[in-house]
Amino acid sequence: MASVERTDPAPSAPAVTGNVLSRLRQGGLADLAVGLVVPVTLLLAWEVAGRAGWISTKLLPAPSTVLAAIATLVESGELWTHVWATLWRVLVGFGLGVAAGTAIGALTGYSTLARRLLDPTIQALRNIPSIAWVPLFILWFGIFETSKVLLIAVGVFFPVYLNLASAIHDVDRKLVEVARVYRYNGWQMVTRVLLPAALPTYVIGLRSGLGLGWMFVVAAEIMGASEGLGYLLVDGQMSGRTPVILGSITLFAILGKMTDLALARATAPLAAWQDGFKGKG
Amino acid sequence: MLRLTDVAKRYANGYLALSGISLGVGRGDILALVGGSGCGKSTLLRLVSGLDQPTGGLVELDGSPVTGPRPDIAVVFQEPRLMPWLKIADNVAFGLTGVRRAEKYQLVADALERVGLTRFATALPRQLSGGMAQRVALARALVTRPKVLLLDEPFSALDALTRADLQDHLVDVWSGYPPEERPTLVLVTHDIDEALVLADRVVVLAGNPGRVHVEEAVILSRQGRRDDERLPALRTRLLEALRAAQRAGQDARREEPGPAPSPSFREQPA
Ligand SMILES: Nc1ncnc2c1ncn2[C@@H]1O[C@H](COP(=O)(O)OP(=O)(O)OP(=O)(O)O)[C@@H](O)[C@H]1O
Ligand SMILES: [Mg+2]
Repeated sequence: MASVERTDPAPSAPAVTGNVLSRLRQGGLADLAVGLVVPVTLLLAWEVAGRAGWISTKLLPAPSTVLAAIATLVESGELWTHVWATLWRVLVGFGLGVAAGTAIGALTGYSTLARRLLDPTIQALRNIPSIAWVPLFILWFGIFETSKVLLIAVGVFFPVYLNLASAIHDVDRKLVEVARVYRYNGWQMVTRVLLPAALPTYVIGLRSGLGLGWMFVVAAEIMGASEGLGYLLVDGQMSGRTPVILGSITLFAILGKMTDLALARATAPLAAWQDGFKGKG
Repeated sequence: MLRLTDVAKRYANGYLALSGISLGVGRGDILALVGGSGCGKSTLLRLVSGLDQPTGGLVELDGSPVTGPRPDIAVVFQEPRLMPWLKIADNVAFGLTGVRRAEKYQLVADALERVGLTRFATALPRQLSGGMAQRVALARALVTRPKVLLLDEPFSALDALTRADLQDHLVDVWSGYPPEERPTLVLVTHDIDEALVLADRVVVLAGNPGRVHVEEAVILSRQGRRDDERLPALRTRLLEALRAAQRAGQDARREEPGPAPSPSFREQPA
């Protein structure tokens, strides 16, 4: 939307002043430190328990063993192949799912006719468990990338669609009326009122979509793949290498968290105008 | 000139909210519409704004019928209704679609200056007080240079002091335009003092369906009107007219044949 340059120095109101960047950075580091307390303690306890022989290292190898397994994979260069294969599938599937979910969500959110027509079907499809799609997708699209990426896209689609459609549907009627006074057409209404108003909820949809994307990539890769972290899981199981299984699980956790963080960072400005509670203390 | 001829509005559920409304408002005049809750003031304003269509009669502006929202009619609602994600300047520019950037910038700067909020151009609506937000809404409505500005209880959500401030402010902004460029104001209020302080003419609406009951010209000068010694007498007369109109409305309701809408339904705000 065309932004009008300001005419005066900054607003004197409670505007943002001071060194925002440094404050943000401090806050980020402190948050990180607090967030690490629980996992680090658990890992240490686990390591100690393994070394002391309180738990079977065959079934639950100590963190150091898992780390060593990952290191071996790194050295052989295998790890990057697997990580890249999985990451690529998730990102492409996410992109497709977001595109479809956004387009159809905006349509059914805006048009009552489109909602009456499409929403019941979409709601019914939503209830099909992810795994159930796998055989069908393999039959339709083969065992290679297409079926996997599409499966992930399906997983991403639903939360994006649901959040966007319901957010648009719930946009304050009073704001819409203002746009009507100024004779906004359908396109202007969607792009300048409905989508901006729906953005905070839409972002929630994006993030849960990404989460589901990671779940679906495991389903896709377990069912048949020659590379990827899901393949590594199955391979570890077949060859009885527990450290490899735990290593892939760890990598899933790290990659999932990192992509979510990147998405959260990238979308934070979109919802910055919200005047929310934002937590206490 | 804004003209209403025998305007009626029956809602889709069969409820007749207005009937037989005929009014004329001269260019640059300020008309106040007062009346009890539920008598159809907001309904009337929505018909004039083109957001709703009358089911009978005609609304015309300068000879052309109002059939929908149009660029020469602007509205200020009871709430500011600012887009919370847009900076104040962009909120003011909200109605300036199809205006070139440079011109838009100039118009917005001018409108913000008129309402005294230049410093807040880049603030977000949540950083503003209720009174300031309503001034932004006023700037947004005026920036398109409408011939008619409709205000539906624009100050009723504010405290008494802020309300008096904004009333004066509205008159200042309005008189800030050269006489031939002043917009016609139609102000809905249930506050008789507000009507008397602002308007050239007060119309009392009452009854079920709402009708025009009294029209009273306010022939006081704009300067120092709040302290004018003729004001109390005028207020008393209008208050009595309003009471009489309401009583008449109630009597009419009692005698009304057929099933009347339930009282609880009548209380519902628009
Ligand atoms: N969309 C609608 N459908 C049916 N009835 C409606 C609708 N909108 C308003 N009404 C009814 O029309 C009557 C007039 O409503 P309106 O909002 O115009 O009153 P008002 O004079 O503005 O009241 P207030 O001072 O409380 O704002 C009310 O009885 C209301 O219930
Ligand atoms: Mg009203």
